Amino acid sequence: MNFISKVRTIVWKDFTHELRSKEMLISMCVFSFLVIIIFNFAFPPGMGDVDRIIPGILWVAFIFSGLLGMGRSFGVEKDKGSLQGLLLCPVGRGTIYVGKMVGNFIFMSMMEAFTLAIFSLLFNVNPFPVLIPLVLVIVLGTLGFTVVGTIFSAMSANTRARDVMLSMLVFPIAVPLIIASIKATGKILDGKSLSEIYSWLKILVAFDLTFLLVSYLAFQFVVEE
Amino acid sequence: MRRWVSIAFEFSTLATMLGALYAIFLYAPIEKTMGIIQKIFYFHVSSAFLSFFAFFIVFVASILYLYRRDRKWDILAQSSAEIGVIFCTLVLITGPIWAKPIWNVWWTWDPRLTTTLILWFIYVSYLMLRKMAGEGQRETFAAVFGIIGFINVPITFLAIRIWRTIHPVVVRSSGISITSAMLNTLIITIVAFTLLFFHLLMARIRLERMREDCGEMRALWEERDNR
Amino acid sequence: MNDRVGTVEGDYVIEVRALTKRFGYKKALNQVNLTVKKGEFLALFGPNGAGKTTLIRILSSLMRPTSGEVLVAGYDAKSEGEDLRRIIGVISHNTFLYDNLTAFENLKFYGRMYDVKGLKERIEEVLELVGLKERMHERVQTFSRGMQQRLSIARAILHEPGILLLDEPFVGLDQNGLETLKGVLEGFREAGKTTVMTSHDLERGLEMCSRVTILHSGVIVYSEDISRTVRDDFQHTYSDYTEAGGLLHRRSWV
Repeated sequence: MNFISKVRTIVWKDFTHELRSKEMLISMCVFSFLVIIIFNFAFPPGMGDVDRIIPGILWVAFIFSGLLGMGRSFGVEKDKGSLQGLLLCPVGRGTIYVGKMVGNFIFMSMMEAFTLAIFSLLFNVNPFPVLIPLVLVIVLGTLGFTVVGTIFSAMSANTRARDVMLSMLVFPIAVPLIIASIKATGKILDGKSLSEIYSWLKILVAFDLTFLLVSYLAFQFVVEE
Repeated sequence: MRRWVSIAFEFSTLATMLGALYAIFLYAPIEKTMGIIQKIFYFHVSSAFLSFFAFFIVFVASILYLYRRDRKWDILAQSSAEIGVIFCTLVLITGPIWAKPIWNVWWTWDPRLTTTLILWFIYVSYLMLRKMAGEGQRETFAAVFGIIGFINVPITFLAIRIWRTIHPVVVRSSGISITSAMLNTLIITIVAFTLLFFHLLMARIRLERMREDCGEMRALWEERDNR
Repeated sequence: MNDRVGTVEGDYVIEVRALTKRFGYKKALNQVNLTVKKGEFLALFGPNGAGKTTLIRILSSLMRPTSGEVLVAGYDAKSEGEDLRRIIGVISHNTFLYDNLTAFENLKFYGRMYDVKGLKERIEEVLELVGLKERMHERVQTFSRGMQQRLSIARAILHEPGILLLDEPFVGLDQNGLETLKGVLEGFREAGKTTVMTSHDLERGLEMCSRVTILHSGVIVYSEDISRTVRDDFQHTYSDYTEAGGLLHRRSWV
């Protein structure tokens, strides 16, 4: 299908581009590492209440680092003017959106895998027994985050105070996503089964699908002059 | 709008507001458990209703703007958002004022109040976006965000409600017993606030139109100068 | 002041009617009418801020007109952008290249996006044409400005467009690049394809074009066949048309 091949091409381009310099990936991973370490100092593992905030810590690291990455993804395109090259191609704007979004998703996931490893080590959490449901929740959460993050970073790249603007746009919208992800992750790490987080999963899926559709349709307005 | 219509409108707004104040303080009974502080409820709920209504207008105007590209929809969206934020702020101020004497906390994580807080952030971000974006893109970006923001509200409300049923609230969300007199008062207040809302909206739109006209005249003047 | 083409024959590949583009209160383009016939080479001159880049952006469907009609090869720029973009090639001082990718990868990306058949061979073909074949697998980052511009030309013609839109293409070109560009443009003309080029370089523009237009403050103030334009004196003609309204008038205030 033409759509899929175009999306694949865009993802291939972003992936190849990033792998050469690794700038974005490295800064994302370093940043999330720092966040985890800081939380480690603030809430040393072993303290009674720490278990309750552990999922929050993980997601704070994911989110702040993810924002950093997404902000750069369109920022770079805009500065070099390469976004226009992409827009000149005979592809629908929605297709471009999906291509960028998938790329962002992949990068964010790579950062999250690294972060999860560090997190497990420093907070003495063993993710392996619950790996599959955990990955499911993380995937759904990350997907929603990149869905709105991509379109908002396309917008904020064109404004003053880019990164601040991106945060202001993403956070209020991502609230249901963040709540659902953190709560669901907490339950999973506690050993609960998927059926117990059913309502959270519903919220995640609803968020993902709704905003994927809306962003897909709205992206053309954001990039045309 | 024609002169006499606008004057009539101003007067009816004033009249209903006065009527509402009378109803709130002299007509409606004092609630048994909460006392006189409960009367803030009328302002609180009316403001919430109007802010929601305002943001709904932003939503519709944003869609129409993207469709038609007519600046008047953008002006409507901007004006409605600004006034919506004002009413929203009122909700967030009256909430704690009500909560503190009754339940001894400044903030209750009531799902509706919390959703209002998020709504406030969304539309403040909307206004910031308008400020920070460049000339040609401001309207388009704002319209897209206005649409996404509004669609987000039901999802946010659901998420917060599920969260809250797991962590019971400090307070039960509706702890007041309502009499019919109170209901009437509430309706009168909402009507008064609605008229006030439209009054402010018209004023804001008029202001924006005047600003546009000035800008256009200045540009024409410059154009003439250049020739 | 409209288009004054004498002969009305052949297909119009570009038709612009009452095109207006406003940014806030400023009209970058004001009721512009323009037609370009198949095979023509239109040179568009004008001072900075005249609206040349805006016009190219609108023709390439990157920018949306405020009002008016824009048809390129029969496609409406507003609603049929995708089809339109398939048959045009755009060259500007912005190279649209990705620094971290090699020349080959850049062309592979664009080739795939344009659904170019026999991509590998075509890439080698165009790289040969612009004289960059030996640097095929080197990163664009390492290229000089002139080389990047040459690669950009290769990118623009990779999918064999029928219409070429150029926005100040001579800026930053080295001697090699200049020769390459001229070669490409001549090849285009011989193949009967259409070109629209904006430039500050009056001499170069006049060399190649078949029709001359001048854009000033968003309005077309001059439009003539090259045969009816006195080349040597064009500098004067240009000054007359672009300064008459603005500069002279302002000077009188000094």
